Amino acid sequence: MANIEAVIGLEVHVELNTSSKLYCSCKNIFGAEPNTNVCPVCLGLPGTLPRLNKQACYHAVKMGHALNCRINRISRQDRKNYFYPDLPKAYQITQADIPLCENGYLDILVDGNVKRVGIERIHIEEDAGKLIHDGSDNTLCDYNRCGVPLIEIVTKPDMNSSAEARIFLENIRSILLYIGISDCKMQEGSIRCDVNVSVHEAGSPVGTRCELKNVNSFSAALRGIEYEIKRQTEIIGKGSSIERETRRWDDKNGISILMRNKENAEDYRFFPEPDLGTIALDEKEIAEIRENMPELPNKKMLRYVKEHGLNDSEAFIITSSPDKAALYDECVRLQRCSIRSAANRIVGEITKFMNDTGKSISETGITAEELCEICSAHEKGLISSSGAKTALEELIAHGGRTEEIIKRMGLEQNTDIAYLSELADKVISENERSAADYRNGKKSAISFLIGQAMKASKGRADPSKIRNLIENKLKKGE
Amino acid sequence: MMSLCDKTAAELHDMLMKRQCSAKEVLEDVVKRAESVQRKLNCYITYNENSLKQAEEADRMLAAGEGVTMLTGIPIAVKDNISTKGLRTTCASKMLEKYIPPYDATVIERLKAAGAVITGKTNMDEFAMGSASDTGIFGRVVNPIKEGFSAGGSSGGSAAAAASGAAVLALGSDTGGSVRQPASFCGIVGFCPSYGSVSRYGLIAFASSLDRIGSFGKNVSDTYFLHNIINGYDAKDVTSVRKNFSSELKDTLNGTRIGIPKEIFDSYMSEEVEGCISNALRIMEKSGAKLVTVSIPSVRDAVKAYYIISSAEASSNLARYDGVRYGHRSADASDISELYKKSRTEGFGVEVKRRIMLGTFALSEGYSDAYYKRAAVLRSRLCREYDEAFQHCDIIASPVYPDASISFSEPHKLTDLYSADIFTVPSSLAELPAISIPCGKSNDGFPVGLQLIGRKYDDGTVFNTAYGFELSGGTYGQY
Repeated sequence: MANIEAVIGLEVHVELNTSSKLYCSCKNIFGAEPNTNVCPVCLGLPGTLPRLNKQACYHAVKMGHALNCRINRISRQDRKNYFYPDLPKAYQITQADIPLCENGYLDILVDGNVKRVGIERIHIEEDAGKLIHDGSDNTLCDYNRCGVPLIEIVTKPDMNSSAEARIFLENIRSILLYIGISDCKMQEGSIRCDVNVSVHEAGSPVGTRCELKNVNSFSAALRGIEYEIKRQTEIIGKGSSIERETRRWDDKNGISILMRNKENAEDYRFFPEPDLGTIALDEKEIAEIRENMPELPNKKMLRYVKEHGLNDSEAFIITSSPDKAALYDECVRLQRCSIRSAANRIVGEITKFMNDTGKSISETGITAEELCEICSAHEKGLISSSGAKTALEELIAHGGRTEEIIKRMGLEQNTDIAYLSELADKVISENERSAADYRNGKKSAISFLIGQAMKASKGRADPSKIRNLIENKLKKGE
Repeated sequence: MMSLCDKTAAELHDMLMKRQCSAKEVLEDVVKRAESVQRKLNCYITYNENSLKQAEEADRMLAAGEGVTMLTGIPIAVKDNISTKGLRTTCASKMLEKYIPPYDATVIERLKAAGAVITGKTNMDEFAMGSASDTGIFGRVVNPIKEGFSAGGSSGGSAAAAASGAAVLALGSDTGGSVRQPASFCGIVGFCPSYGSVSRYGLIAFASSLDRIGSFGKNVSDTYFLHNIINGYDAKDVTSVRKNFSSELKDTLNGTRIGIPKEIFDSYMSEEVEGCISNALRIMEKSGAKLVTVSIPSVRDAVKAYYIISSAEASSNLARYDGVRYGHRSADASDISELYKKSRTEGFGVEVKRRIMLGTFALSEGYSDAYYKRAAVLRSRLCREYDEAFQHCDIIASPVYPDASISFSEPHKLTDLYSADIFTVPSSLAELPAISIPCGKSNDGFPVGLQLIGRKYDDGTVFNTAYGFELSGGTYGQY
């Protein structure tokens, strides 16, 4: 069989961080006691009417600008009709024919090459409630999430591997954080996606696609895509053909399960929502949003590589979250330390801390001023590299002033030659074997001796000076 | 002496202001009448247990001279599809037989603020779907004029209550004629405002793009007082508009151009209806109005478009009644889809099911273009034709209904009943204000209503023309 190629399209649902819900004045919050953050409108009680939250539209337009979309000045809201216990009106208000944003793209970096992923549309819609299965046969409904505003970002089928999908999703997430329209908390379900996958033999036309629903994390999306490619490839391998299907992704068991096929496909009976007018935005509003757009991560990345000499990976790590990039930008602006050392610390200790704890920069004690102080103290030789690391960790954990931390923790580097010479003698006499190894030509033994000296000085010995001293003493003794 | 309950709101207001009676006395007389006619007419579903308290509060307002309006202390009946906090609101359906809303509709808030007294909730067709108030689970509403005949529908309970003294004024809802037609049958005035004039918040939806809350009164000025309290922009209903309708009633017809749409008058109507309408037109002409022939060709297809659009919206609006959260839930369902099926099968009546089926079909993939979308196109065309017609006239006159009554004993073909909506649904589709005002009697003594339709948002001219007609020969007070 010829090479199999996959074609992938994504529908990304993002919960917006507006202060209130999309069509009522309930707060848009996560984690309230079940059915306490509801009102007659979001519960769809008889006689109630929706009222659009304009802030959600502005959020969607922001994303439209970020993804280079055309913004429709007039767009429509429609009803999508289906029965499900988590949907109290038995229809979802969404945008069918005329979405807020259309026809955009996002350039992503795949193996060092730019790949353009087309954006079909971005529209706003309301979220449904949540069903809770209580372990027995009962299903309970929590309607708190009903009416939470979502945007749905629909891509063109422009991706060809799960790796590309991952990069795309990571880019989307970081853009969302930059423009500040979503908290992007995966564990709270604030980004979810549906995945469309088809496969075909190289050189043949694109295959029939299947849609995977219920993909609740990026990693699940990747597993689902891999699974689908494999499943469809096997079917084609057997000489069968793929049916157009909607499948549910079961991440726990790593399989997709048939939900609907062509025969029992849902008919959502879309029609214009008569309780709401069209959404009209004037050019001024749209332009104002455009003017207030922050610099987006992909642009920033390019700038860091071109202007600051960072490599792709460093630039990517720094720009992956807006607060890291803001910290970096501020260090650059202050010009109190080299760009290189600021970048090293952010890519190193700071990123590690954020990854390990899930905390953001603002939840730590770091400021750009103090980060610069630490870097410059190290550059001036006042503290060692490990001293800088210790100071930074203290700063992250408790905040404070660098100078004071260095003093309090005794991190100043010791450059006193008499002290260092004595220290070198002590280390050599206490580690005869390593000294002998060195003299016998095993030059790497020096590292151990330096390490011992650093340990004995509690990290305060100037490492380059102590190295010279030990080397000279060992050579003399040869 | 005339009972208090037979007086107009204007007369009662005058008496209340002069301390010739109290709101409590007015209410007691209305309740007495309601209880005496209820068995015969069946106009109420639920009485308001708080009405006495409301009357006492009205008396307090009157005594203190605080916030007194034309409606302070006036007993008003409310159709049972308008949400009333703490007061059962059933839509005459088994589905909502025990449903008690946790909030007041905006119109109810406004009535309460005005010091009005709510007598109770009136009988109707199930979910307002019908023309004879005979599709609900609480039995049919009988015409106060004659037993064995319908009070009209779907707001038959409100019309019969206001006509019989079981209420002084009443609120109804009009989607395709449901205020105007029962007003015509019961010999009172029924007003259907411009779409957007009165907030729909709290009106249990049948067809959202057509539903309007209308007012009933014994004469034009009473109806006007009620409308004036409930009309106006409401932030809770984004389809309501910021227009001020209140202007003083003017009793002149002089110079008013009355449009006579030829397609309407070419349609079937009974001889007696035709006679009454012609007579009414002559009266208006004599009083200085100018009659002009206009053309609105699309009215011929309006009934079809109306039934497609209203049923399509209804199929979506009524989908929420699924037995999950409130309303009727089937006792013996084994899974969720059976719960839906059984609850809805048991909870809805035949007519409601028919419209849900029709609407679901009209919106279905592959059929939506041929039905729903074509109906929407026709609706826009109809609006343009009205705009064109209103270049040549200020008001359009027409009958309300082809016949003066609907008998309960004669069988009616469903399609005939639907077709008979031809005079009321065109202005519903075009979102225009319209009024039904008594203009004569049939040979059997049934009142016949004249319909006057105005430009969109020009509700004032509709009232003024109706008022002018009433003063110059309308038949108020004959029934």
